[in-house]
Amino acid sequence: MAEIYTPAASLAPVLRQDAVSIQKTAPLARLSFRGRAEAQAAVAGALGFALPQAPLSAATGAGKVALWLGPDEWLLLAPEAELEAFEAAVNAAVAGLAASVTDISHRQDAVLVSGPRAAWLLNAGVPIDLALPAFPVGMVTRTLCHKAEVILWRKAEDQFVLECWRSFQPYVLEHLLDAARELSTA
Amino acid sequence: MLLISCPYCGVERPETEFRYGGEAHIARPADPSQLNDEEWAQFLYMRTNTRGLYAERWRHAHGCGRFFNAVRDTVSDKFVCTYKAGEPKPDLDALARASQEKDAR
Amino acid sequence: MSAHSQNSTQSTRLAHGGRIDRSRTLQFSFDGKVMQAHPGDTLASALIANGVHLVGRSFKYHRPRGILTAGSEEPNALVGVYRHGDQTPNLRATQVEVYEGLMAISQNRYPSLDFDVGAINDVLSPLFPAGFYYKTFMWPKAFWDKVYEPVIRAAAGLGKPPKLADPDHYANLYAHCDVLVIGSGPAGLAAALSASETGARVILCDEQAEMGGSLLSETGSTIEGLPAADWVAATLATLAQRDNVTLLPRTTAFGYFVQNFIALAERVTDHLAQPDANLPRERMWQVRARQVVIAAGAHERPMVFPENDRPGILLASAGRTYLNRYGAAAGRRVLVTTACDSAWAAAFDLADAGVEVVAIADMRATPPEPLREAAARRGIRVEAACVVTGTSGRLRVSKAMLGRLRNDGSVVSAGDVTCDAILMSSGWTPSVSLYSQSRGKVVWNAEHEAFLPGASVQRERSAGSCRGVNGLAAVLEDGYAAGEQAAEAATGAARKGGRLTATGGEASTGGYLGALPHDRNAGRVKAFVDYQNDVTAKDVQLAVREGMMSIEHIKRYTTTGMATDQGRLSNMNALAIASGALGAPLPQVGLTTFRLPYSPTTFGTFAGSSRGDAFDPVRRTPSHDWVVAKGGVFEDVGQWKRTWYFPQGSEDMHAAVARECRVTRQSVGQFDASTLGKIEVVGKDAAEFLERFYTNPWKGLKPGRCRYAVLLNEAGYIIDDGVVGRLADDRFHVTTTTGGAARVFAMMEDFLQTEWPDLDVWITSTTEQYAVIAVQGPKAREVIAPFVEGIDLSNAAFPHMSVASGRFAGLPCRLFRVSFTGELGFEVNVPARHGAKVWELINAEVVKQGGCVYGTETMHVLRAEKGYIIIGQETDGTVTPDDAGLDWAIGKKKFDFVGKRSLSRPDLVAKGRKQVVGLLPVDPKQMLEEGAQITAEANPAKGTPALGHVTSAYWSEALGRTIALAIVKDGRARHGEVLNVPMPAGAVPVKVVDPVMYDPEGTRLNG
Repeated sequence: MAEIYTPAASLAPVLRQDAVSIQKTAPLARLSFRGRAEAQAAVAGALGFALPQAPLSAATGAGKVALWLGPDEWLLLAPEAELEAFEAAVNAAVAGLAASVTDISHRQDAVLVSGPRAAWLLNAGVPIDLALPAFPVGMVTRTLCHKAEVILWRKAEDQFVLECWRSFQPYVLEHLLDAARELSTA
Repeated sequence: MLLISCPYCGVERPETEFRYGGEAHIARPADPSQLNDEEWAQFLYMRTNTRGLYAERWRHAHGCGRFFNAVRDTVSDKFVCTYKAGEPKPDLDALARASQEKDAR
Repeated sequence: MSAHSQNSTQSTRLAHGGRIDRSRTLQFSFDGKVMQAHPGDTLASALIANGVHLVGRSFKYHRPRGILTAGSEEPNALVGVYRHGDQTPNLRATQVEVYEGLMAISQNRYPSLDFDVGAINDVLSPLFPAGFYYKTFMWPKAFWDKVYEPVIRAAAGLGKPPKLADPDHYANLYAHCDVLVIGSGPAGLAAALSASETGARVILCDEQAEMGGSLLSETGSTIEGLPAADWVAATLATLAQRDNVTLLPRTTAFGYFVQNFIALAERVTDHLAQPDANLPRERMWQVRARQVVIAAGAHERPMVFPENDRPGILLASAGRTYLNRYGAAAGRRVLVTTACDSAWAAAFDLADAGVEVVAIADMRATPPEPLREAAARRGIRVEAACVVTGTSGRLRVSKAMLGRLRNDGSVVSAGDVTCDAILMSSGWTPSVSLYSQSRGKVVWNAEHEAFLPGASVQRERSAGSCRGVNGLAAVLEDGYAAGEQAAEAATGAARKGGRLTATGGEASTGGYLGALPHDRNAGRVKAFVDYQNDVTAKDVQLAVREGMMSIEHIKRYTTTGMATDQGRLSNMNALAIASGALGAPLPQVGLTTFRLPYSPTTFGTFAGSSRGDAFDPVRRTPSHDWVVAKGGVFEDVGQWKRTWYFPQGSEDMHAAVARECRVTRQSVGQFDASTLGKIEVVGKDAAEFLERFYTNPWKGLKPGRCRYAVLLNEAGYIIDDGVVGRLADDRFHVTTTTGGAARVFAMMEDFLQTEWPDLDVWITSTTEQYAVIAVQGPKAREVIAPFVEGIDLSNAAFPHMSVASGRFAGLPCRLFRVSFTGELGFEVNVPARHGAKVWELINAEVVKQGGCVYGTETMHVLRAEKGYIIIGQETDGTVTPDDAGLDWAIGKKKFDFVGKRSLSRPDLVAKGRKQVVGLLPVDPKQMLEEGAQITAEANPAKGTPALGHVTSAYWSEALGRTIALAIVKDGRARHGEVLNVPMPAGAVPVKVVDPVMYDPEGTRLNG
């Protein structure tokens, strides 16, 4: 399956080191989905798979992703070019059902934090335990990085998606880059 | 920094992810116009402000976003339990007794 | 070649021994004097090796002081250390590691350490008893500000603060572990070893540069068949190889908070001569541990005898550490005085190293026989039932007076001994600081004569000498068991039941609490209890005589225990003295609270990377870079940077704002409104929800139309406002104030989740989804028309308060026809990533139309001319819709809405409430000050209540005069009245008018 989060081709990495790298990702279609159980089930029609119901979990397939953010809230992802079709498909799937579908493609920006020290670097600002047993691959959560709210999704043992509202990203990156300085030393 | 257990996420998280929401189990009157001034003032301003176990509202503001309820000991600042919104208020006296017995052991 | 000739300045460095690297010699300076040292030295050990004991002057009496300890509890040897051209004050020389080129200075002396004019305080000391400040600086009151405070401030404090901004950077790390072990002495090492064997995640921290604690100063003992120091090295190598272990030397556990949340301060680069600039100077570790093992050890107590503070007088364990760990002798002729066994080991090690031990004076009548035999074998003179009763020597101890303790408790002279160092020990105080910080209650143990940890309040256990376990073998066993138990409790891993074998390091017996008896004039001698605060035994006694019954009062009256060591050295002696003076058993006098930080911690460590622009998020709008390039001036609105005004050429703010106002009203203005909060309200019950939430009626609002919305709290007061547009039957676009966005969203969630969960409606923040560009003015339509597709912009099809979805410059767009200026206005909402581009496209058209960009100041002026309120400016949380003249926005026929019931509260319908009005100063050039009070009289009598206050005041370019908004009692009934705004330069007469001061008919708006 193609990765939904891809490095923004036009942008140089924010940070590139052996221990950890930070790369901005290309724009995505992002929909906030909220609704009742019947609508939650119906969204599968547009996604091709069921919404993940377990707290803090993600479901992926067929170029789409659904991230559990709360018991009635999911972040749905698709390639940027599919935004209008995706939004229409989800709206059609839940037509007449109790639900809300809202385009937030531009509200958030993401970076990929990758490398053997990725968890260490994030823990400079993220207070939750990112050790594998506590935060396994596939887990997704909203939390804080210093004072900014972020969505953190572990894609692999050494790779995380870190997404936040667009105006907060410079703040988050400034802290991460400051913390990463020492990794450049021998 | 306190750890608070979110009943919706099923995990403990640091308190900075949460926002306090005041005393729990105070329902907004269905028809406020039926309340006289005294009764409305009671609803608006009067809280039990218990010394000891207190049922209060919290919101996992930087997590799942849900409001839930918690029983916290206002003396020790310990959370006795958390539970989902809409679930009945626990028997605080029974919880207090259980807590004392646990401490005595 | 002897070591002495090789290291010419190191006069008391021994030829052999210690853990220093003798293959390299370092240069350092102290008060400008260059000396030599070896890698591995602390500043304190290097100074001692150079024969330097005098390192500071005491706080109150400016008495010469020397190095007392070898650890972080050091009260005397506080020094300033230079780094990046500035000095960091109050570092403990016992913790500062020497590197090539280290520059340190002494403190609290003028002009020099050897000759300090402040020492006059010592001569005048009868004038400075305990409570001196409280008694003296009471009156006359006029002296408080002008005389007493400057004098006290000049004399107060230790060291000088750095003058330059801190060039270093600091780091933060959140860490989690199964077992945190605090302290790497024998108990801590054993605990880390056994806990990590189970696979548990272990963090082991120690505040010293080298791990091993007391084992690094041991001689003669073995563990697992290895000399103690070798076992330390082998154990650390084992631990370092384990992936589940994190070793943190130079890391102080300084705070123990709830739920096993422990703060550690790691000193990352202070010990390096040329630290890599990319390394943080210090790192705060915020550790959440499932279980904690406190292996904090014990602190040796000074002996409280007269003149026990001269340079050259050290704790016995410190003398032994300097000898065994650093190869530095505390003196050439050393007196050892003690009440317990452990100090004898220091004497033996010194003698074995060739240093003359002039005597061991033990206050016990019969010290243990094996010790006396060992002394005899070395030819050391032993005096039993013997105490030191005084010392002499100006800048270094040169002589000690000895006294014989008689059975009746009195003391007779036992002659003098000449010496250049005295090692002393009153016994050991278990370190219960962190246990106490964890909210545990210490318990008095009569057998140990010590407070020991009681029951655990948190998931922690103490191990080793910090809980009174004594003797190497017992401490190792205790630590090993504690590590296993902690790991089992944390992870469920079964204990293996291993143990460590040891020889030597026998348990120390004996000990004494309080001031020693002597044969001197008690009123004239000073026997120090708290060195850093210059508190003597008689100060504590005086405090009791003057009525201080509680140890908490004694502490504050005398300042004992308030030094940087938080009483680690002084508390028990002070307590024993107070107990004697009060005639109450020691445990009844109680113990003061151990407060964090355990050791002083820098502000940099607390701040971490949160400094400068990174202290708080700086949120920028899509037009930001364009505005920067054009020289716009920003103001902070919450976390947002908003453009305040755009000066052109040499314009000042007034001129720029006047032009922006004029141009906008004449042709067109462009404004970045992206910071406005935006909330998408969706669902079949969306209108019902808004009906209940906002004051206004919503069910009748047609799709494509907007309405001004007022939000109250349940108490009936205005807390937010905005515009709500209906996009479809089940979809609304709600705007909030910039500052209220998060609050209103949370309040909506609250009602939806907890009061009306039956409603089918959900909210989503879209604040950052859209860039919002306001285009306002008579030419606004011309500006946007070239870009708009799919929306008929004619007045008939798209009147004031309309909303439509369409395309703008080919991009999806939500277009509002709204106005906060009173002019024809539009707000263009485009997806935020396109905001910068659309801003520039619009600007090109604005320029074509002779328009301009404007900032928040112009926005404020234009809306004030129209009498539009701003939440937080005209409102302050006590203003109702009626007060604000917004009665028309209340859906009075609605069944209910948030705050509705309160609007009929007696005090909200009472006469005499303050109402929003306009004010026109009688002098049209006179500017009012926001916040100024308003009265009827020009010169009101003192105590006259104000009628209200000015909430906004501006120069109105459109009206050619100054204007203001205000809230005034019964304001609407006062239109036409002249009131006064009393100011320091005289009252300003103002005419009360309707708040809508410009285009009251609204013809421009609907144009």
